[in-house]
Order: sequence, then C-alpha cells, then structure tokens
Amino acid sequence: MGLKEKLHETKLKFQGKKMAPAFNAIHTFLYAPNETTHSGAHVRGADDLKRTMNTVIMALVPCLIFGMFNTGYQHFGAINGFPETFSLFDHFLTWDNFWMGLITILPLVIVSYGVGLAVEFVFAVIKGHEVEEGYLVTGMLVPLIVPVDLPLWMLAVAVVFGVVIGKEVFGGTGMNILNPALTIRAFLFFAYPTWMSGDKVWVHGAVDGVTQSGTADAISGETVLGYLAQGNTSGIADKYDLADMFYGFIPGSVGETSTLLILLGGLFLIFSKIASWRIMVSAVIGSLAMGLIFNGIVAAEWIPEYSKFYSLMSFEYWQHLLVGGLAFGIVFMATDPVTGAQTNRGKWVYGFLIGFMSVMIRVFNPGYPEGVFLAILLMNVFAPTIDHYVVRGNVKRRLKRLKNATIYPKVSEGAEALKTETV
Amino acid sequence: MALLSKKDANLILDPLADNNPITIQVLGICSALAITAELKASVVMALSVLFVLGVGNVVISLLRNVIPSKIRIIVQLIVVATLVIVVDQVLKAFAYELSKTLAVFVGLIITNCIIMGRFEAFALGNGPWKSFLDGIGNALGYGVILIIVGFFRELLGSGTLFGIPVLGDPIRKTGLYSTGYENNGFMIIPPAALIVVGIIIWVQRSRNKALIEEA
Repeated sequence: MGLKEKLHETKLKFQGKKMAPAFNAIHTFLYAPNETTHSGAHVRGADDLKRTMNTVIMALVPCLIFGMFNTGYQHFGAINGFPETFSLFDHFLTWDNFWMGLITILPLVIVSYGVGLAVEFVFAVIKGHEVEEGYLVTGMLVPLIVPVDLPLWMLAVAVVFGVVIGKEVFGGTGMNILNPALTIRAFLFFAYPTWMSGDKVWVHGAVDGVTQSGTADAISGETVLGYLAQGNTSGIADKYDLADMFYGFIPGSVGETSTLLILLGGLFLIFSKIASWRIMVSAVIGSLAMGLIFNGIVAAEWIPEYSKFYSLMSFEYWQHLLVGGLAFGIVFMATDPVTGAQTNRGKWVYGFLIGFMSVMIRVFNPGYPEGVFLAILLMNVFAPTIDHYVVRGNVKRRLKRLKNATIYPKVSEGAEALKTETV
Repeated sequence: MALLSKKDANLILDPLADNNPITIQVLGICSALAITAELKASVVMALSVLFVLGVGNVVISLLRNVIPSKIRIIVQLIVVATLVIVVDQVLKAFAYELSKTLAVFVGLIITNCIIMGRFEAFALGNGPWKSFLDGIGNALGYGVILIIVGFFRELLGSGTLFGIPVLGDPIRKTGLYSTGYENNGFMIIPPAALIVVGIIIWVQRSRNKALIEEA
C-alpha cells in the first residue's frame, strides 16, 4: 500500500473529527484530492490556487539562491575586502559563499514556514475549514525581505502577528486587506528598528561584530539608500557600481538586491499570467515620474545643497529602480491579486501610486530611507476605493450610452419603460 | 441578604463585560489609545474617570428635575468640567510627574463620550443611588480595558510594570534580556493600543457570540 492510499485512509478515519483539516491539508498538498464534486456542472482547471502559489514560489527561487550567494559574498567581502577585478565564478558563485548563505538564510525560511503554517493549521482546526494555501507564497517572501541577521524569535513573533492580525482576523486567505508579508515586515520595522535599518544589519556578522568585539568598522555594510540618506551626495559612483546595483552585488535584504533576477521572475509571472503586467508597468512609470520630479527640482535649484533631502532628490530617477526593495516590491508584492486593485483601470492607478509614493517616502523619510513596503500597504488600503470608483465610472458611462440609445422596437412607451427599468 | 439587589448589581457588572463602554459601545477610544503606553498612567486615568463619572452621575441625577432640558448639555459640561479641574489640580499637587505624562488627556476627560453618554442616557432618568452605581460600573468597565491594554503595552514595550523593570535590565542584559530578548518598540506607539483593543474585542465576541452585530 502506497503513501497515497494510506493518506486516503487516514483522511477517511478523521472525517468529521476536529483535527480533520490538518490531515486533509497534508493530503491535498501532496496529491490531488480523491473526491469528486457531486452537484452542478464544473469545469476543472489545472491552475488551482496551489499551482498559482507554486508558480510564484518558482519565480522567487532564483532570488533566494542569489541571496544565499550574496550573503556570503558580502560577509567575506566585508572581512577580507572585495576583489579588485570581479570574476563571477571565482568570487561570487563559490561554495564558501553559498554555504555561508545557506546556514544563515535557511533558518529564516524554516522559521517563516514553520511558524506561519502552524498558525494556519491552528486556525483551520479552530474554525473547522480546510487549511488554505495562502501562506505558501508569504512564507517564501518573508525571508527575502528581512535583513540576514534578524534573530529568529523576532521573525517568529512577527510571522504570528502578520498572519493573525494581517490575515486571519479578516477571515483568512483571500479576505485580507493588507499583504501579510508586508504586514510582517512593517511589524518588524516598528517593533525592532535597530535590527531592520541602519548600516549594521545588512551584512551577516556585522551585528555580532558590534556587540562582541567592538570591531564595528571592520564589518559593516550600508545600503545605497542608507548611504544617500546620510547626505553623501558625491562618491556614490565610486562606492557602488551601477552594474553591481543591477546584478545585485550590493548589501540589502536577503532577496531583493538583484534587479536582474527580479526582472526575470517578473517576466516569468507575466508570461504565466499569474501577476498583472499593468500593475508592474504602472508602478515603474509612477516611480520614474516621481524621480523625474525630484531631479527636476534639483536641476531648477529650488532646493539648497545643504538640505537633508538633497542627496536623495538628486539621485538619478531611474536608478531608484535598481536599489532597495522597489523592484522586488513592484514585482512580487504590489501584484498580490488579493490585496491589489481588481479592475484593469484600477490597476493602472494603483500601480502608479505605489511607484510614486515609494520614491516620495524614500526621499522625505530620511530616518528610514526605504518606503516601498509602506507605499504598498497604504495602497492596499485604498485598492477597494479605487475599484469602487472605476466601477462607478463604468456604470455612469453605460447609463449615458443607454440614455442616448434608440431602443428597438420603437414603441415609445415600451422604450421608456425599459429604460427606467434598466436604470 | 445581598448588599445590592440583583438589578443594582447588574448596573455595575454589565458594563464590565457584556456592555463594556470601550469594547461594545466603542466609546472613549481616544484616551484608551493615547495614554495606555504606561500602566501607571492607565490606572490614574481610570481612577480619574471613576471619580468624575461616579460623582458627576450623582450630581446630574440630583439636578435632573430642575435642569431645563434645552440647556442640559451646558449644565452637564459645567458639572464635568468642575470635577475634571478638581482631578487635574489634585494630580498637579500630588503627582506632578504623572500629570505631565497625562498632559492634556485629563482635561480631555470632559469630552470623553462615556461621561456625557452616561449623563444623557442614565443619570437624567434615574435616581442618585442607581446613577452612582451606573457611573461606577461604566468607569470600571472603561478602567479595566485601560489597565489590560496598559499592562500589555508596558510589559512588552518597555519591559516594566508601574515603571519597575520586571524582565531585567535591557542595557546590562540581565534577566530575560540575556537570552537575546528585546523590547517591542511597536507596543509604545498608539497604533499598538488599537490592535490590543481590537484583540480584546475579538476574544470577547468569540467567547460570547450574542455580542456579534449583524452585518
């Protein structure tokens, strides 16, 4: 008797019991359910929720693996110095780097999935419904958007908070207003700011280095935005190479540094029709627009050079997309089908405002030079409002068309009656 | 022979749970969000409201037959303002530091919806003894929530209770802090109070389904 039959049997045994959802979840995760629908006509699609989620995870895996290499690269680079002439296979894709990344990042992934799924199971058992797949993607996103050295218990607390307050209180997967992964990040940021920002957290070992041996200077890595937020206007080109920013050989949260791989993941999601290209394109346009406005302000010399916003404002508008979590947020967070806008026109507005506000928050929030997660959370809240007005606009337009329309047969009373009825 | 008749006892007990001013009527939320970062402030706030509402309800109840109904709001305001000034002066005299923490929120007891609400809904139509019990009950219901919220926010946010460190010293890393525990900065900021109050409402309604409003 194979595993499949055994699982089927266990499922039958637990049918109707309180723990049934927990067993069913394991079963349906591994195999397609052996039940058939009994009533009505059904079209059976292969792209169910589970497969949709798995597609997103596949798009995220390159970012995760790159993050592992980059963690090692940044760590050893900060200790031994970065190589003068960079060679991909000699300096980056090495076992040392990968191993270092693996042992620091794998625990984050395990804690994220373990705690998150535990919360999902508990809620499924309490509420008596099936375990929902909603956490599959969130669990992969969370380790990618936190600094490498985040203590695991903090991650666990944040995951519990994010899943319960961000999702379960609203009714579980598909009912949440806020993106759970970003709720988790926002919670971490406001609860433990010293672990989530500054120039000590982005490279593995930096935090330990400070508290134990006092070799703070020996190992620290600033993000590009952190560097700019401190008012450093010049020297950005010496410190960070443009190509490095694009390929992702810079310090940052685990999985968001490589714009190239995010771009590939985004294309994959667009071609598999999982994520909305409208949101991605409009968010890019939005961020470029805000960046151009700031560049314009600097070019017109409306802002003095000693202003604390000057350095971030003068940052080339298109380079905003290469640094920080903007690209990652646009591709993987803003396109969340549950929390984003649903209508096509609404998606344009929603995406545009995300890009626009991300750059705006970046510049005007020098205490914390990143605004993507705040912008997306804010727009999550406004997404239903945007949709509401898009739908209203559509209704209005069609009513107008109806008013001007000639309705056949042209029996005058009948037509009028039909109009009033439809309205 | 009970101290209070069942009806009178309910006047006190109802607002503590099933008719709680904060979690059921959703009144007095501003102060619950603003001053609950410390337990001490929560307790003092709860006591202040207890005094103002208890005495105020009695005064309004005694005056209820002589207050012209057209100007009753003004009369109520004068009564509550008088009582609040008394509380404010007492705090300034005996607990100056604390009165600075509470700052404007003692003064804002005047506008606390719970107080005007009880004056309008209860004291204007009931005798002094019943009004007194009702005032005490509602103030206790308000205070209980404040103290629960204050307890969790201070414990998780600062690691102290009533200003006394209970989890160890965060700077010298003693007690719980030696294991790597850190204070949760989120608990200090007012949105945390909103979430804690929300969780209390959630727990209360899932235990007593009768409290759930129809959608």
